[in-house]
Amino acid sequence: MSKKLLLKNDHIPGINTLATYKENGGYAVLTNALKNLSPDAIVEEVKKSGLRGRGGAGFPTGMKWSFLAKPEGVPRYLVCNADESEPGTFKDRYLMERIPHLLVEGMILSSFALGANTSYIYIRGEYFYVANILEKAIDEAYQAGYLGKNILGTGFNLDLYVQVGAGAYICGEETALLESLEGKRGNPRIKPPFPAVAGLYGCPTVVNNVETIAAVVPIIEMGGEEYAKIGIGKSTGTKLISASGHINKPGVYEIELGLPVEEFIYSEEWCGGIRGGRKMKAVVAGGSSVPILPTELILKTVNGEPRLMSYESLGDGGFISGTMLGSGGFIVMDEETSIVKNLYTFSRFYHHESCGQCSPCREGIGWMERILEKILDGRGTLADIDLLWDIQSKIEGKTICPLGEAAAWPVAAAIRHFRPEFEAYVTNPDSIKDIKHYYRLKN
Amino acid sequence: MPKITIDDIPIEVPEGTTILQAARMIGGDIVPPAMCYYSKLKTSGGYCRTCIVKVEQGSEKDPRPMPKPVASCRTNVMDGMVVRNITSQENLEARAGVVEFLLMNHPLDCPVCDQAGECHLQDLSYEHGKEGTRNEFERREYEPMDFGDTIKLNMNRCILCYRCVKVADQLTDGRCHGVINRGEHAEISTYIEKAIDNDFSGNMIDVCPVGALTDRTFRFKSRVWYTNPVDAHRDCDKCCGKVRLWNQGDEVLRVTARKDQFGEVIDNEDGSTAWICNDCRFEKKHLNDWVIEGPSDISRHSVISANHYESLRSIQKTTMKMMGAKPHGVKFELGDGALDPNNQ
Repeated sequence: MSKKLLLKNDHIPGINTLATYKENGGYAVLTNALKNLSPDAIVEEVKKSGLRGRGGAGFPTGMKWSFLAKPEGVPRYLVCNADESEPGTFKDRYLMERIPHLLVEGMILSSFALGANTSYIYIRGEYFYVANILEKAIDEAYQAGYLGKNILGTGFNLDLYVQVGAGAYICGEETALLESLEGKRGNPRIKPPFPAVAGLYGCPTVVNNVETIAAVVPIIEMGGEEYAKIGIGKSTGTKLISASGHINKPGVYEIELGLPVEEFIYSEEWCGGIRGGRKMKAVVAGGSSVPILPTELILKTVNGEPRLMSYESLGDGGFISGTMLGSGGFIVMDEETSIVKNLYTFSRFYHHESCGQCSPCREGIGWMERILEKILDGRGTLADIDLLWDIQSKIEGKTICPLGEAAAWPVAAAIRHFRPEFEAYVTNPDSIKDIKHYYRLKN
Repeated sequence: MPKITIDDIPIEVPEGTTILQAARMIGGDIVPPAMCYYSKLKTSGGYCRTCIVKVEQGSEKDPRPMPKPVASCRTNVMDGMVVRNITSQENLEARAGVVEFLLMNHPLDCPVCDQAGECHLQDLSYEHGKEGTRNEFERREYEPMDFGDTIKLNMNRCILCYRCVKVADQLTDGRCHGVINRGEHAEISTYIEKAIDNDFSGNMIDVCPVGALTDRTFRFKSRVWYTNPVDAHRDCDKCCGKVRLWNQGDEVLRVTARKDQFGEVIDNEDGSTAWICNDCRFEKKHLNDWVIEGPSDISRHSVISANHYESLRSIQKTTMKMMGAKPHGVKFELGDGALDPNNQ
């Protein structure tokens, strides 16, 4: 049985209420930390823990916190990014739905560490019912004196708000999120300045993922050094993985980083193997934006070492033969999956979600989608595949925010690893007649 | 003061200068084109990506190259920075890609467009674009829209540079137009085709780099190269009153602000920008209204200025000399050979 830190109590009925959460040791860490630890000591523990951002980029959280500018007389903000919109990722929803108080406790703890007196949870529009759960938890916390003025008699004030977005993928990008939170159009800002210097309302701001903030609670509970012992190398601690696709047991799993990918997919404890006894074809390891890998490369690196669920191991080989841990949206595809069709679905998503601010992303992704549609229709040519490759290379790295890359990487990886399949769609369109059903989203 | 080199040309610039401004100080061929950046408008730039440059060395302290091409209009220089613009084939290819994206949905209706002749997108595509398009799909189309009596919006031509939005934000009270919709469907619009009605709205036309926002009072009257630009002024209680008249014989066809070589409105003596008001722009269409100062010095490169394409040729010469390569814009060698028919 693997180590569980975040989801150790998620099976207890009623854990979403304050009473049950407290019975199971909830808010004890917070009470202790507020009374006995200084804010700097908490930041120090988080640094020692080696915790890395769980939203996708994997930036060390302690370092991010220490970058926060602290000018006199200017408020600081902590914003929790609960705009979990990456296709294939649903871990934050599970966490907030089941144990909302863990996030609330983490928010209070982190706000105390950063000296923020106002904090926000920005949640995506489709999660309106989760927002209600969070609001309820926050109300309970206010009544119990964990939020508001003079928390637990320590003199620390904190107001925590839930803000529901309108369901835009781009608002998961931290600067677009801040724009949206300010009530503006959700367009990413041009960096620098980074949010740590000028973020929400122009004040220093830290934006962290839900899981990152929740992980602060066990870190303070056990101490940063203890936490750093869990996991492997620079990938410390546990990670929530949203497993989906053609596996026997899809769901949210908490794994210790360093678990072999093969074990994760085939072990009964986790995904339980491929559905219907079929063979695995490919895996998207970290949400739709990361490069897709064929079976042989996801199970073993090019050096023949078994691939592990960690930031380093999945990234081994760069984008030529590796991928990214990303947000932990683990999508498994069996041998009957059409990679081209899957790629079309991804491209359609990014086309729909592009904010339209910078030209490569605005014009390029729609173009890629239309070419893929043409190939799927059996009207494609071999030159179209090269054109796709060229377009993605013209988008990657030329955009303001990472959405352009998120759209370009899957195209690059699919062509890199599955080119014969694209060619089959072009040269032998009859062979795909029976799998031509797909949905066309109108604008 | 930070010392940097752009395309092997060293220059020392004040702290806080952007790469683009530094390049403009050097001048000549190495200035990256800018479609959305407008030095007189705060927070402009960064959207169109035509000004991207390659940073080979980040700074003296941290000599690592920047991993991606950067938007030179929004990146400040650091001491010891080494920037490559036209001396990097990779960068020119990347820019050609951006130009292709910008032109992908552009109607290319220059023969009937009032902006033709002074259009930055025209210049950009001559200098950095390709001859043909690889896009075989239908272009997006919008209905032209009137923003009141004086301003015409032709959204098909728009490249979403956001300059007009920034003009409305920074020059006028109560912006009532902006970008609606998202992604490919994003468009400039007013709230339910409301007229834009304030004294400085006409400046939107001046900042528009393409033919998306045009002057309705000048619409289809003449091609710009058949008009004679002269500088003129009048006493105006709303603005500086320093304008450029575009005349044909005794007739004033159009009034605009005075612009510099980068297509930006010039500064007054006191350092403020010489924006003009709508009275000067749309109402004063008689020579009697104005004191003529003399013919305008059109230094910006466009077909309305003489010898424009002379300077174009010199860009290619510089590129060829510095790289020993083929003239850019004529035949690119794509990095992966994707489009080379011999490399299938």
